[in-house]
Amino acid sequence: MKQKTQVHAEDGKQDLVITRHFDLPLELLFKAYEEAEFIEQWMGTKVLKLESRKHGSYSFETSNPKGDVAFTATGVIHEFISNQKIIRTFEMENMQFGVQLEVYEFEALTAGTSKLSMHVIYESVEQRDQVLKLPFTQGINMAHNRIQKIFSTIS
Amino acid sequence: MNLRRDVFQAIADPTRRAILLLVASQSLTAGAIASNFDTARPTISKHLQILTECELLHQEQSGREVHYHINAKKMKEVADFIEPFRQMWDERFNKLEAVMKAYKPKK
Repeated sequence: MKQKTQVHAEDGKQDLVITRHFDLPLELLFKAYEEAEFIEQWMGTKVLKLESRKHGSYSFETSNPKGDVAFTATGVIHEFISNQKIIRTFEMENMQFGVQLEVYEFEALTAGTSKLSMHVIYESVEQRDQVLKLPFTQGINMAHNRIQKIFSTIS
Repeated sequence: MNLRRDVFQAIADPTRRAILLLVASQSLTAGAIASNFDTARPTISKHLQILTECELLHQEQSGREVHYHINAKKMKEVADFIEPFRQMWDERFNKLEAVMKAYKPKK
């Protein structure tokens, strides 16, 4: 069976592509990236600022399992086309991972399914490899069951 | 024993991933690491032991203190790390899917 999430990273290159098929209509998938309320829920992060528009910017704060701030991620939005495309930068402040350029492409497959393609370009090959080898940098919050808590209050 | 699989098991745990992230930017003592978690100190010690046994962390004695730092050599082959990276994204996207499926737009 084909995996729903795929990662394509070639040796010696400073970028990678992540693709995912969702059992969600395109509009709902896009909403998950557009609105702070949903970003907080699925990313388990606190959204301090999010201007979902061309030349807007954002700031997310992620806590460690104890509840202290682990890192703040910020970036600017270069392009924002509803249900189609987001181009933004992403940087974790006070970390050694540099800044990355992210190109998100949203696509409807059927009425109820959609596809996300995420092209991430790093400052250098070394930086990309460092991030690849530290997958937990973005998963630090997994220890939380915050998502499930919010999830159960919604339904 | 398959050492490579051990590395994956080591980083499959969220607390151990969090520890590695902490130590990635600077070497720390066990106490300094434990202060970041609510978890009991012996539990953190156990995690540190596993990470050290898998050679993802190195111990360095300086005076009376032991500092932990990340073993960059162990994290050398990119290909080996694509799968855990993929799984991390897969889990995140599963959450996204679950959250959005639970959302009922007001009509």
